[in-house]
Amino acid sequence: MLKRTGVASPEDIKGVTPSLERLSKGPIAIIECFQKIPCNPCYTACPRQAIGKMNDINDKPVIIPENCNGCGICVSRCPGLAIFVVDATYSETEALIKMPWELQPVPQKDSIVKTLNRAGEPVGEGRVVLVQDGRFFDRTKIIHLAVPKQDMMEVRSIERGTFK
Amino acid sequence: MKNVDIAIVGGGPAGLCAAITAADLGAKVILVEQDDALGGQLVKQTHMFFGSEKQHAGTRGIDIGTMLVEQVESNPNIEIMLNATAMGYYPDGVLGINQEENFIKIKPLKMILATGASERMIAFPNNDLPGVFGAGAVQTLMNVYGIKPGKRVLMVGAGNIGLIVSYQLLQAGVEVAAIVEGSPNIGGYLVHASKIRRLGVPVLTSHTILEALGDREVTGAVIAKLDEKWNIIKGTEQTVVVDTICLAVGLTPLTELIDQGGGKLAYIRELSGYVPIHNQELESTVSGIYVAGDLAGVEEASSAMVEGKLAGAVAAKALGYKPKAAEQIIEEAHQELFDLRSGPVGAGIRAGISKLQEVRQRC
Amino acid sequence: MRIKKHPILTWDKGKKVKFFFEDKELEGYQTETIAAALHASGIKEMRESEEMHRPRGLFCAIGNCSSCLMIVNGEPNVRVCVTKLQEGMRVQRQLGKGELQR
Repeated sequence: MLKRTGVASPEDIKGVTPSLERLSKGPIAIIECFQKIPCNPCYTACPRQAIGKMNDINDKPVIIPENCNGCGICVSRCPGLAIFVVDATYSETEALIKMPWELQPVPQKDSIVKTLNRAGEPVGEGRVVLVQDGRFFDRTKIIHLAVPKQDMMEVRSIERGTFK
Repeated sequence: MKNVDIAIVGGGPAGLCAAITAADLGAKVILVEQDDALGGQLVKQTHMFFGSEKQHAGTRGIDIGTMLVEQVESNPNIEIMLNATAMGYYPDGVLGINQEENFIKIKPLKMILATGASERMIAFPNNDLPGVFGAGAVQTLMNVYGIKPGKRVLMVGAGNIGLIVSYQLLQAGVEVAAIVEGSPNIGGYLVHASKIRRLGVPVLTSHTILEALGDREVTGAVIAKLDEKWNIIKGTEQTVVVDTICLAVGLTPLTELIDQGGGKLAYIRELSGYVPIHNQELESTVSGIYVAGDLAGVEEASSAMVEGKLAGAVAAKALGYKPKAAEQIIEEAHQELFDLRSGPVGAGIRAGISKLQEVRQRC
Repeated sequence: MRIKKHPILTWDKGKKVKFFFEDKELEGYQTETIAAALHASGIKEMRESEEMHRPRGLFCAIGNCSSCLMIVNGEPNVRVCVTKLQEGMRVQRQLGKGELQR
């Protein structure tokens, strides 16, 4: 499915979804990189050795849940923009998603945006909590988006027409 | 007549890295570039590069370009010739250059050709209408000059270039109606495909363009679905309203100079067409002429940079410059190329290179 | 159409210059090619093919393909994709092979 459409299959996603137990402990990176390609900046960028050793540069990166604290450094370093952080403990009802953003316009803090899934289809609404920017991020902004908890493994983008 | 150790033709990723490496080892280098600026296609790449730190992975192509150009410009062993087209290489070892209508002769001891590749065309009615662009032209307009090629684009081809340029169009604020790809599978990296899919751009595999519509300019395109034998499925034709059609249907090596200079060519599909026959140290069938980058077989920019480094070190070593240090660079470059090509996405390149070695044994 | 704001890139466009396309006065920048300036003004048709008189525009943008040959200051067969814009330039569509001035 992924090779035909560019949209990861439910099995692909299942394979990278953290356990409920791990999700209940706080933020964690989810690496949606399902193809062996010669690439390793996420691995070299992680200060906590939370991405398993890549013996071959073509190895797929695998998260080590106990080492990851969801800091999001890898999110801004992934050339494929394929890494997201999900924090299921953000509030009673909401989860926080950190996602890379390299487009104009950039949503403002506190704006309400329409959320999209991996196929670009509408999911619901989200609230922008923070937009990380600055030198370190090298023009890949990190949007912190609060979404209803049940949407946290669905929402992977936002609709550009819904904010200024 | 200019005498020099090494003449390098082409100031893209391969040529820049060849120049830096050879000059650092002590060789005097002339770098010949037909454009008015160095950097080749690097200056159009807004995305972070793949690969490892050794190929500057995680840094955007434009920034890698700037960094390499600064290194070249600050190296006293490198003379840069801009707006300079290499016209021919002659049996007496002279390279003729046309620089702003002046004919300049260079006599290099070694030569590295890094002339790159040109874009392929595909046949369909009205493919010559204004508004049908090669992907490189769209990148030039948008990323070099800050100009949108149109309002709404149909992208043809879902290899890495088609996917990357689609994303660059979105970054420029241009709508992408769809990407059509004849093959049943996306050819480029799937992470590139996923990042445009989640912004709502359809990727239509097993689809092709039938014709461009329009009188004086593109006003639309007809696309249709293909069966597993690449035949058009009747009744699946649909019209897409677009003012721009962008062709990203592959590249083919620019072999004119090496061919004219006497280098033998071989047709190797996996390397994207006719390529100069060369050995593992990138030497062509003409002694002392090396090839690097897309000319040696179309591949990613990261491997082009490594090939440039390899060719630069081999040429400098052949001239006796710091042979030990050169040998170490050569070994490292071979290892880097092996790593970049060792995975499943490198299978085509590996097959192409082994075919090339078979052809070379025979000639 | 020019890009107003880009998430990654900025451009140092240099000096604004005026030029003529046929009898229309247009504006562009000294740092850009004639082809770029024409596209910024929405002009895509650069010449007619020699025999079939079909409209032709920019295709490769790096001086390889000859699709964008125009008449510039009276000189035919100028590759406008690799020729920089200058103040007061007169740019015309080329209809046919073009004739050299004597």
